[in-house]
Amino acid sequence: MTKVTMTVNGMSVSAQTEGRTLLSAFLREGLALTGTHIGCDTSQCGACVVHVDGQAVKSCAVFAQDVAGATVTTIEGMANADGSLGVIQAAFQEHHGLQCGFCTPGMVMSTAALLAINPKPTVEEIRHGLDGNICRCTGYHNIVKAVLAASGQDATAMAAE
Amino acid sequence: MIDFEFVKPLTVADAVKALAAEGAQALSGGQTLTPTMKQRLATPSVLVSLNGIAAMRGVSVSGGTVTVGAATTHATVAREATAYPALAALAGGIGDMAVRNRGTMGGSLANNDPAACYPSAVLGSGATVVTNTRSIAADDFFQGMFTTALEEGEIITAVSFPVPLKAAYVKFNQPASRFALTGVFVAKFADGVRVAVTGASNNGVFRWSEAEAALSASFSAAAIAGLVVPSDDMIADMHGTAAYRANLVKVLTGRAVTAA
Repeated sequence: MTKVTMTVNGMSVSAQTEGRTLLSAFLREGLALTGTHIGCDTSQCGACVVHVDGQAVKSCAVFAQDVAGATVTTIEGMANADGSLGVIQAAFQEHHGLQCGFCTPGMVMSTAALLAINPKPTVEEIRHGLDGNICRCTGYHNIVKAVLAASGQDATAMAAE
Repeated sequence: MIDFEFVKPLTVADAVKALAAEGAQALSGGQTLTPTMKQRLATPSVLVSLNGIAAMRGVSVSGGTVTVGAATTHATVAREATAYPALAALAGGIGDMAVRNRGTMGGSLANNDPAACYPSAVLGSGATVVTNTRSIAADDFFQGMFTTALEEGEIITAVSFPVPLKAAYVKFNQPASRFALTGVFVAKFADGVRVAVTGASNNGVFRWSEAEAALSASFSAAAIAGLVVPSDDMIADMHGTAAYRANLVKVLTGRAVTAA
């Protein structure tokens, strides 16, 4: 076992790892941060997306030891300091961008990464940016609306498809 | 996944040493290898991460050549290979955002998935694959599905692309896997046109020489209108028949020429 240390949601944390320990397992089992979801465990669904040094990655396809020392943000780090929902989370709630909620941690993390590089994305850019995240409930339309709203754009004008 | 020893050397020389161990396997972005290991289709006893080698990362431009470090992610190529817009655009369309943030050019080429995007750019550009021991011309590098000229323990360190006068990559997306159902890279150089096709052939990426001759004479979609793509060697699966892929090769080549 090898001890791995990272900065997760602003806190320096450590846990023991095997070579095969995935970042997703490090977070969920090592640190009990179970907001990061394992949907498919085959890198298809995006439910496990977290940020490593500011970039969205699928934590089920990254080994913990490969990102030792990194700065990681998970869904648990997305709320405001007072515990209220962050802008993206609030927009998902307001626009019904979730139903069962299983994919939502990954959707929120991918959205945050997208808006960091493209603060006012078009509908097409949102769909391209989130095409690694699968949702089986919403049909995506309300997710796109939520992202538009989170980026300060008018979501009400979005045409139905 | 069967456990293994994880090592992360900081230099190419140390990575080469680590790869000499019994059962050692190189890890780059891990976007293919990790799922493969979960399925136990790969069971290395030592995994050698190439992600700590700073000398293998980055994009540089020198005298009409764009050189990409093998451990450079797709996202970085998309952002920084502005001197070769068709290459940057291709990189920006690989997989999805999270895959592009981890996956690397060297990893993609060493794996040589028959539906991967990068092999078509490397073959279509006539690029040079640089390893820890030698330089390999693209025409010699790709040797069939999941097969390359790489020797055991040999590491791709960089890829050098001569920048063409015009180029474009057009792929027909396979939305479930996010690989190319078929993709075509067309590059026009002063001395002729190269056309490389991915996702279509059972033998992996290939050059469509008839189209190259026709397009070298006249660089327009109309120039290939009369050509027929044989479907004998084409991949057939639930997503498309061999004949469908053969047709895509021609349609996408025309679109790439128009887009270039």
